Amino acid sequence: MDVVTALTGVRANARIVARADGRGGTVLPVLDSDGPLALRRTRAVGAEAKVMLVGAMSGPLGGDRFSLTASAAQGARLHVGSAAATLALPGQAAGEARYDVRLDVADGAELHWLPEQLISARGSDLHVTTRAELATGARLVLREEQVLGRAGEEPGRLTSRLTVRVAGRTLLDQELASGPGAPGGWDGPAVLAGHRSVGQLLVVRPEFARHPMEARVLGECAALIPLAGPAVLVSAVAPDALRLRRLLDEVLAEFG
Amino acid sequence: MSRAALLVLADGRFPAGGHAHSGGAEAAVKAGRITSAASLEDFCRGRLHTAGLVAGALAAAAVLGVDPGELDAAADARTPSPALRAAARRLGRQLLRAARASWPSPELDALARQFPKGAHQPVVLGTAARAAGLAPQDAAYCALYESVSGPATATVRLLSLDPFDATGVMARLAPELDRVADLAVEAARRAVTQGPDALPAASAPLLEVAAQWHADWPVRLFAS
Repeated sequence: MDVVTALTGVRANARIVARADGRGGTVLPVLDSDGPLALRRTRAVGAEAKVMLVGAMSGPLGGDRFSLTASAAQGARLHVGSAAATLALPGQAAGEARYDVRLDVADGAELHWLPEQLISARGSDLHVTTRAELATGARLVLREEQVLGRAGEEPGRLTSRLTVRVAGRTLLDQELASGPGAPGGWDGPAVLAGHRSVGQLLVVRPEFARHPMEARVLGECAALIPLAGPAVLVSAVAPDALRLRRLLDEVLAEFG
Repeated sequence: MSRAALLVLADGRFPAGGHAHSGGAEAAVKAGRITSAASLEDFCRGRLHTAGLVAGALAAAAVLGVDPGELDAAADARTPSPALRAAARRLGRQLLRAARASWPSPELDALARQFPKGAHQPVVLGTAARAAGLAPQDAAYCALYESVSGPATATVRLLSLDPFDATGVMARLAPELDRVADLAVEAARRAVTQGPDALPAASAPLLEVAAQWHADWPVRLFAS
């Protein structure tokens, strides 16, 4: 991590590598924390290694550049969560903050990427990218939730792009921009319509290629939809973070 | 090439089946999110910057000769809702029939062979514009205009909105449409060298979710 300066913000690059240990478990040969991105191994459950992202300081702030890479090698089972919500805040450094997440899942590996919410606080300006590269036989459960402003607060500017590729083919590519300065209509009836929480739960499984799930309407503001590939997506908007989580959790429970 | 071909392609009377679709307006009206000319304008603005921008960039990229198969896959990845993917392919198939009759070309024939059930409409639109000798900018304008004129026309029927008010909405959005067309063409040019991942992926969660809700209705006025 670089020294914090008012001009450049913080640079932090954290890395996780998970490997099958050959005895039915998963080991973590690489668990590199960096500054505000502190990683802790927690108690494993069965074959799965569990990692918790612990916020060692607040952020990301304006001008910060965070990146986090998680790789699950062949046969590994990795679960990554976070101890608390990530709060995007305005900083002293000029310009937007960036947070880039890169996930790699090999054949026969499974990654559960289930961080807590990302909260866009007033005056913040954050650009997030999440890019997952999966092999044909990889499995992924990914949750992404955005909360636009703390309670009663105007949101900051947030741009978030989620790109998921399976065997080199793009399965899902979605960007959502919100807050002051975002392209017009973001809070209007076509996009968010005043809802302050928006989220996605993605489940990629090779068997969905042969047996796709049926689409299911989960109320007027949420739906479970099979993608054009071996995956199902729950897309939802909700008035607040609690109701969004409750909805996504109900579906998550179906997938263990 | 003939610039007037753009008028033929963009004409609401071009027999491509667009009138049967509301671009999500029917669901938004039923949910109480479109109730007036003002909320229609906000709906159209959101659509312009999300689904519109993506459609404009796809169409412009097709004019520039980016492989239609790759563009169609990029459209799939940017359209999570199966109801919207099906609607886009149905519209693409109808547009392709009309386009092949209007501007016969081997590229349109190849597209029909490659996608017997229909390619995504913006990909067909771009390929048709290319066959008609139009520019990437023209195709982007056509896609963007359709992305807002469809909901505006539908809302006139759904809400008995004054057609003059709906036309006013379109006119007020025109300067923004110019800016989004520029963005779409810039992105399409990047896609020529960097591939379709360089295309915009702007999404509108409620359009996707409400399309699924709408598809489940037993009776509806519009197909999507």
